[in-house]
Amino acid sequence: MARSSTAKHEQTQRLKSAPLSSVRGNAREAVSPDLDRLIHERIRLGIVSALAVNRSLTFNELKNLLKTTDGNLSVHARKLEEADYIVCTKSFDGRLPKTEYRLTGAGRKALERYLNHMEALIRATREG
Amino acid sequence: MALTNSSRVPQPEPIPIDARAADHLRYIRETMESAAEFTAVPGWGGVAMGITALVASYFASQQTAPSRWLLVWLLEAGVAVAIAAPAAATKAHRANAKLFSGPGRKFLLSFAPAIVAGGLLTYELAHAGHFSALPGMWLLLYGTAIVTGGAFSVRVVPVMGLCLMLLGAAALFAPDNWGDPLMATGFGGVQIGFGLWIARRYGG
Repeated sequence: MARSSTAKHEQTQRLKSAPLSSVRGNAREAVSPDLDRLIHERIRLGIVSALAVNRSLTFNELKNLLKTTDGNLSVHARKLEEADYIVCTKSFDGRLPKTEYRLTGAGRKALERYLNHMEALIRATREG
Repeated sequence: MALTNSSRVPQPEPIPIDARAADHLRYIRETMESAAEFTAVPGWGGVAMGITALVASYFASQQTAPSRWLLVWLLEAGVAVAIAAPAAATKAHRANAKLFSGPGRKFLLSFAPAIVAGGLLTYELAHAGHFSALPGMWLLLYGTAIVTGGAFSVRVVPVMGLCLMLLGAAALFAPDNWGDPLMATGFGGVQIGFGLWIARRYGG
């Protein structure tokens, strides 16, 4: 319950001040308050990007791909799960437990929005 | 005035926001490239290559002169390349992926050495008149190329390579007249079967 409210709080947080501090010239206008902070974090961005090009990935595949630790990955994956950006299914592969992640429609849209946002930032800064 | 000046804290040189955004985009692209299974292996292209291989094996089996038999199969190799290259490029383009970057590049770099070795050995063995060794060598090396290239591809690709290698191994020790049927099975049947599987499961 507490975890869920934290994730939702983080999901609604927007990057308003941090990037503005380093903006030069007219690019200030380019920083939209809609930047999704939930996937702005490096590991979470990696999880979403990797799942965007795979139907599903196991916990170990993601861990090896992102070169991170079990704890770190599970914390970030849980935040994405609570925001409904990814879904997690647990099963058994023989006797071994298997955790698989898939990107949801909401997660895919969030990544698209994020990509558009980054491209818009670059365009606005370079044109400015 | 003095107060204003003293309140200023020296700040580090800011990172331009466009550089930061470009860094994020680069990270996304690199993560996607290393996570993506190579999907440009053409399923329907494999089916087409399999069909032409079946036709070639029929015509090759009709030849009495070894040099004409070799010519049929070399023509078939050319036809297969002419089918595979545009089919892979089309599939990669449709999937909005670049054929020569990331997993696609790894696939080609791993695929090529065994094919080059096969070309050189073909020249040498044909020159020495050892035509009966060619079917086994071709199947074995093509299978090896598929297995090594398939390490960066969808899982079914290296399995197809293994099947071709098994047929190649069989052809090496089988009687000479089994060459064409085994190549029809490998370059024809195996490629059609796996091509259909790839086309259905991995987008064409």
